[in-house]
This record gives sequence, C-alpha cells and structure tokens, in this order.
Amino acid sequence: MTFLDFEKPIEELYEQLNKLKKIGENGKVDIQSTIIEMESKIEQTKQAIYKNLNSWQRVQLSRHPERPYTLYYLNHICSRFIELHGDRNVADDKAMVGGIGEIDGQTIMFIGQQKGENTKQRQYRNFGMANPEGYRKALRLMKIAERFNIPVVALIDTPGAFPGLEAEERGQGEAIARNLFEMSKLRVPVVCVIIGEGASGGALGIGIGDRILMMENTWYSVISPESCSSILWHSWDHKETAAEQLKLTADHMYQFKLVDGVLPEPLGGAHHDPERMAQTLKDTISNTIRELKLIPVNDLIRDRIQKFCQMGFFDE
Amino acid sequence: MSWFKRSAEGITTTTEEKLEVPDGIWWKCPSCKKTIPTIDLQENSYVCTSCEYHARVNSVEYFGIIYDEGRAELLFENLKPKDFLEFTDLKPYKDRIKETLSKSNVSEALTVGYGTVNGHGLVTACMNFNFIGGSMGSIVGEKISRAIDVCLQKKAPLLIISKSGGARMMESAFSLMQMAKTSAKLTVLAEAQLPYFSLLTDPTTGGVTASYAMLGDINMAEPGALIGFAGPRVIKETIKKDLPKGFQRSEFLLEHGFLDFIVKRKELKQRLSDLIQLFENK
Ligand SMILES: [Zn+2]
Repeated sequence: MTFLDFEKPIEELYEQLNKLKKIGENGKVDIQSTIIEMESKIEQTKQAIYKNLNSWQRVQLSRHPERPYTLYYLNHICSRFIELHGDRNVADDKAMVGGIGEIDGQTIMFIGQQKGENTKQRQYRNFGMANPEGYRKALRLMKIAERFNIPVVALIDTPGAFPGLEAEERGQGEAIARNLFEMSKLRVPVVCVIIGEGASGGALGIGIGDRILMMENTWYSVISPESCSSILWHSWDHKETAAEQLKLTADHMYQFKLVDGVLPEPLGGAHHDPERMAQTLKDTISNTIRELKLIPVNDLIRDRIQKFCQMGFFDE
Repeated sequence: MSWFKRSAEGITTTTEEKLEVPDGIWWKCPSCKKTIPTIDLQENSYVCTSCEYHARVNSVEYFGIIYDEGRAELLFENLKPKDFLEFTDLKPYKDRIKETLSKSNVSEALTVGYGTVNGHGLVTACMNFNFIGGSMGSIVGEKISRAIDVCLQKKAPLLIISKSGGARMMESAFSLMQMAKTSAKLTVLAEAQLPYFSLLTDPTTGGVTASYAMLGDINMAEPGALIGFAGPRVIKETIKKDLPKGFQRSEFLLEHGFLDFIVKRKELKQRLSDLIQLFENK
C-alpha cells in the first residue's frame, strides 16, 4: 500500500503493529491485548483522517496509484465484456477504451478513459489523456449503441484531453464538441460516472448523460488545481488553496446540482477495497439503467437538455 | 431593450486586456508596427490598411459592421455576473467583476444582438475579449441559450462570433458546464432546421473551441486568427519542441479540414447575407 502525505500517522501505526506482531511471534510475552488496542487505535485514526478530508486530499486520493481504473471495473462488473477498438479513421486510442458488455442480463455499451498501472503502462495509456481519435472512437461506439437501443455507460478518469501537436491537427476541440452535441441527443439512456479525475473538457467529452454520478473521492472541475494555481496565483505553490476555491469535490458538485449522485467509497478510498467499490458501481449502474429505461426516449432527451440548460448562476 | 447605433465619431473603448482598438487619433498596428490614423482603421472595418491585420474588436464594432445601418437591438443586457462560489485568488472574483465593469463598454464576455443583414433577420451572439479575456462563464452560456430561443421565435439563423481565452476559472465547474449547456441547446436549433454560422476570430481557444465554436453548420474564421483547444504555450511545454510556423492559425485549420472558409472582415457582411439567403431559398 502506498501512503499519501496525510496518511503518515496511519502508516506509522501500521509499522508499530507489524513490529508488535513480530515480537508476539518469537517472544514469550503475551501481547494479544496490545495488538487489539493498536488495531482499534488504527481504526480510530483512519476514521479521524478519512472522515475529514479536505479538497486537495480528495484530489490526491482520486490519483492514488493503486486506485482501480476503467478496465478493472469493466472486467469485474460485467458477466461478459468484449473490448472494441479504433475510430475507423486514424487509430486506436489507448487512453480511451470501450466495448460491449453485460450486467444482470442487460447489454451495455461502455466507454471510458484508461490509465496505466505501472510506468510502462502509464506511457502506453498516455496517462489517460485521449487524442481526438479517442473521442471519435467513443462516439462511434455510442452510435452503434443508439442504433441497437443499447444503454451507454461512460466511466470518466482523466487529467485532461491530450494537449499535443497532432491532437490539434486532428481537431481535439472539434472532437470534444461533437461528442457534447451528439451525446445531448443520443436516443438511449446515458449514465456517466466519474471514477477518478474529472478534468475539464477532456472529462466532459464523454460526460453528457441522463445521470451524472461521482465516486466519493473524485473531483470535477474546469481546470486542475495545479494549473489553476499557476495561472491565477502565478505559481505552482497554491494548489491546495486552488482546490478549495474551485469547490471541485463530489459533495460540492452534488450540492450545486451539477451531478445527480455520489457513490460512497470504502473507508480510505476505492483502492482499499476495489471489489466492494466494483459491487457498488455495478449495483448503481444496474438500478439507474432500469429506472431510465422506463422513461420514453423523447422525454429522456428533453430532460437531459433541460438539465444542462439550467446550469449556471447570474443576477437578473 | 437598448439600441445601439454606430456613431460617426467612432466608439470609445478601453485599452484594457489588449483590446487593440484605440481611443486616440493614431493607431499602431501590432503586426506591421506602422502607425495609421484611427479614423482610417475604423473606416476599414478595424483592419490595418497597410498589412490587413484584423484588430481585436468586440461586439460593439462587429454589430456596427454586419447589421444594416450599424443598428442592432441588444438583448438580455439585464443579466449580471454573480460570484456564487465566493471565489478568491489574488483578488476576489467579486472585485474583478466590478473592476472590469467599470472599465468596459460591455456588460459581459458575450453580447447578443438582433438586427437585419441586407434586410434578413439574424441573431448574433458576439464574444467580448475585453471582458475577463472573453472567458466563458454562466452568462455566456445563458445568453447563447436565450439567443437560440430568439432564433426559434423569429425563425432566424444564429451567428456566434467567438473570441475567447477559454474558461472562466472563477466559476469552476459552472464554467465547464457552459460547454455542455450551449452544445445541448444547439441540438434544439438544429432540430428546428435553423442554420448556425460560427465565426472564429483571434483568439478562440479552450472550452469555446471544444464546444459551440466548432459546431457551426458553417465554420468560418477571420484571416490569421489563433484557433485551438490547448494554447500554444501548453503544447510547447508538453512536446518540448518549437511549434511549426502558422500552427493553429486559421489557414492551418482550413488546411486540416476544420473550417469551411476564411473570410476577411470587410467581406463578412456580404458573405453572411449570401449564406442567409442561400439557406433560406430552399
Ligand atoms: Zn499592419
């Protein structure tokens, strides 16, 4: 387990516990009660830390290197899943995955950004930063889903769309814009879940749907706290403040009615119990799609457009 | 409801945030560095008489250029920005708004006008770069949404003139959602079979490019405009190489297939008029 800076007290207690256990193994002293005491102290410390996370700490958890990514969930929540590749135009974007799968007997078209689990994989997946062909691959799959009346689920986890030279040549802006437009009027239920980072247009590019949900320790913002700090504070040192000011956590987003629900995570984050997180995700997707399928498609689209059209604040 | 009339004396604007339109007698071209009389610039649709550089102007000037007699009815000017998140960076967003309003001749980063172009009705939503860098906040999205409602009522086409540095960071996710809001609302316009003309001007970057600016039935741009999703500096830092000459300029986008054509500002009105009529005469 990798511990983050604010998790140091927990790490230290674990180290003490391990030492105690070793003493218990080869010593004659009975330290069983001390171990129990230590374990309860760990539990208390965890509660104290994880129940009072600030915005920046949630950003850190959303990026935890052991956090489950899109393909982990798809392989765990689908009884069958077949990955589909390519935008039929330029390439197969490794940062954007997709495929057709099944949950509780319901066929679903999945799309989502994919990050890598080690250094090599991270590069292969371009750190979850899609190129235009990634957004176009996602759109291709959504169009198939629409044709065959298959609901769409998008799992969002990206530090942003890739800001590269070729990405601009091939129209990164157009690719994202096209998805926003097409997803607004897609004639099937669309559910979007932010499972990690929801950074800006790169996240929104697969983020228009009937229900937008966020896992508890994720964030959604127009800019990352680091970039915001660099632009508005002219320095990289104000990322914590920027995170607070941006009000980017799932709780904030739900409170602002910009998302429709928050999925609780295991104590300490999704990576502390990935299987339980996957089960929560599976149940949520299953229930949400069942509910959305009852709504006539014209109403669904009208409500979807209406929902986004109500977002904003101003005086009049 | 307010009416705007292009005055012969020229329009006074502030020089805040690199708005290059002068209020003095002389104007220095940022491109060719020549100094020309301001009156000549105004009479040349704010295009340098020496090198054809298209100066950055805002809704006041554009409405004067495209509408008959320079007259447009301004809509939704009652919408005022609000600091809902109580955002504070080096200064509070509230103060930033106040300061900008006191220096600016426009009320937000986008102004909606209705008028006629050679007798044909057109709704125009034009961005103002001199209002917090033409950044997309809640008002920009709401005004575009309402402009589309006017198009539906009047059965008029929509023109959006984009000129934006990107997101309004001080509105965080609300700023982001304006991309969703405007794109979603454009599907309603498309459904009603009313044409949407998108004019991209210098500069059009970030969230605006990745939403309505790229969604025109016709995408057009002024010559030499910077147009992109990521800004050139960010790309340079990412790839650690110098960018090719002309990268992310209008001519580059035309070459890569993202624009229908490039239009000079002096020919804009005639081009719009032709388009409106061609789309009407089905
Ligand atoms: Zn010049």
